Amino acid sequence: MTRRHDVKHYPGLGPLVALFFVYLYAPLAIVVIYSFNANRIVGVWTGFSLEWYASALNNRALMNALKTSLTVAGVATVVATTIALLAALAIIRGRNVRFRKLSETVVNLPLLLPEIVLAVASLIFFSLIGLQNGMMKLIIAHSAFCTPFAFLPIRARLQGMSLDFEEASADLYASRWTTFRRVTLPLIFPGVFSGAMLAFLISMDDFITSNLLSTGGTTTLPVYIFSLIRSGTSPELNAIGTLLIVASLILATVALAVAARGARNND
Amino acid sequence: MSDSALHNPPLDRPHRPRPWHNLPFWGLLPTWVLMGFALLVPVVIVAAVSVATRGTHGGFTWDFNLASYRQILFNEGWTGEMEFTPQYLMIIARTFVLAGATTLICLIFAVPVAYFIARQTAGTKAVLIYLVTLPFWVSMILRVYAWMIILGRGGPLPRFLESFGLPPGTSFMFNDFATLTAMVYTYMPLMVLPVFASIEKLDVTLIEAAHDLYANRWTTVRKVILPLTAPGIVSGAILVFVPSLGAVLEPTLMGGGKQMMMGSLIQLQFGGGRNWPFGAAIAMTLMCFVVIFLIFTAHRAARKGDVA
Repeated sequence: MTRRHDVKHYPGLGPLVALFFVYLYAPLAIVVIYSFNANRIVGVWTGFSLEWYASALNNRALMNALKTSLTVAGVATVVATTIALLAALAIIRGRNVRFRKLSETVVNLPLLLPEIVLAVASLIFFSLIGLQNGMMKLIIAHSAFCTPFAFLPIRARLQGMSLDFEEASADLYASRWTTFRRVTLPLIFPGVFSGAMLAFLISMDDFITSNLLSTGGTTTLPVYIFSLIRSGTSPELNAIGTLLIVASLILATVALAVAARGARNND
Repeated sequence: MSDSALHNPPLDRPHRPRPWHNLPFWGLLPTWVLMGFALLVPVVIVAAVSVATRGTHGGFTWDFNLASYRQILFNEGWTGEMEFTPQYLMIIARTFVLAGATTLICLIFAVPVAYFIARQTAGTKAVLIYLVTLPFWVSMILRVYAWMIILGRGGPLPRFLESFGLPPGTSFMFNDFATLTAMVYTYMPLMVLPVFASIEKLDVTLIEAAHDLYANRWTTVRKVILPLTAPGIVSGAILVFVPSLGAVLEPTLMGGGKQMMMGSLIQLQFGGGRNWPFGAAIAMTLMCFVVIFLIFTAHRAARKGDVA
């Protein structure tokens, strides 16, 4: 049967898909290309230059914002992943769980409601209880909305896992803690790892919540970038953008690769 | 029988330690504490603030008042008479139109792309899905910013069209189309992935059967492919439509100050605008729309499930 007569072949699909991938990557490529532009005006190309990378790396406000973002994302990732791991264990492995469905909905709630509503809610709540520490506010809010992103891969991993290994371990008189540490945790590690990576990326990426909660001393990276965009596009902004694009592509690749390897081993 | 019994067959040998019998309580306690503190209680407080009274210097006082909801529809004139003002209704309408258009455009592109990817060999499929997912992990603000460069004055798109006679110095920024462009771009992967998942499960022999019965390609798409991939399309539509309703960055950066959506209007009330009760009222309205939409789709899915 020739391709022309193959009923599953739809004409024009190949070029359309090719165009689709150009559409996905061209905007990112444009930020990268313009970051090497020597000219101060973004749209006017005068020559290749690394000067904007030097100025980005010497930008103290940028480095402070990066430090704030990394601190918040680091702590939020640990908190969110721990809470998500406990919740997934309880929901999948626990017996006679009361409110199982409700609890699962609550874990996933940050995915269901618009982020701006949650951001406003945190802002009002923190101001009512008089929480002043900007870092603390960011960490609590970020931990909450990162939890479902850590929860979903861990849950998927736990659900696909047979109980045999854990039962074998218990038959050999391993204590519960030993079984968890030596059997369960290594088996679900790919899920925990990709969950943690996703939580980290989501926290680093967040703008809406951070923008409402951040105060003078605690500006996160996306909030800082927003203020740069507001003051007009600049080649330095493109250099910062390129560094971030490269960093997130590498992190996401590692997270997805670990998740894919875990899924294969699971089969 | 409950599903917990299915996951954990009863272990009756007495010597074996029962694994984590108090796990459900201690495992879920941190979740409830965190979500309660960061989310559940605060949302209830937002509901309370939306019916509070605006303070004179920003902030609010706890006096029951529906003025914030009234403000969505009416403007109080100098003499205290209520005058209907459509400005906020316009913003709500724009929010729905843009979110709906985003969902529709994402769907139109996602179905053929997902269909193409699903028909590749396992290796190619994995690579293509990876390539669809990847841009999603780049910071949203950078993905929107990229479009500011492309559409802005002196950017690649105006430049390109200027060589075809467009007046120089044209900018495509600060209108609803710019907002829509950025929204479609930022939410596209959320549509492709679920649609792909359901097309992949589609039985190819059904498509061949349709052709054997003399259906042409278009009829096959309409009568076989689309109905059978409906679950993926519905979940993709939810994943795109819900965050689109709450979009903040796209209207703020691409739409400019005038072309607001509900998300950017809320943000304004807690920033420069400083009208917390009004911001809370808009936030509650937005949340109600989302919850109604989610309940509606869940209900429909449940009813479809009963019939099948």
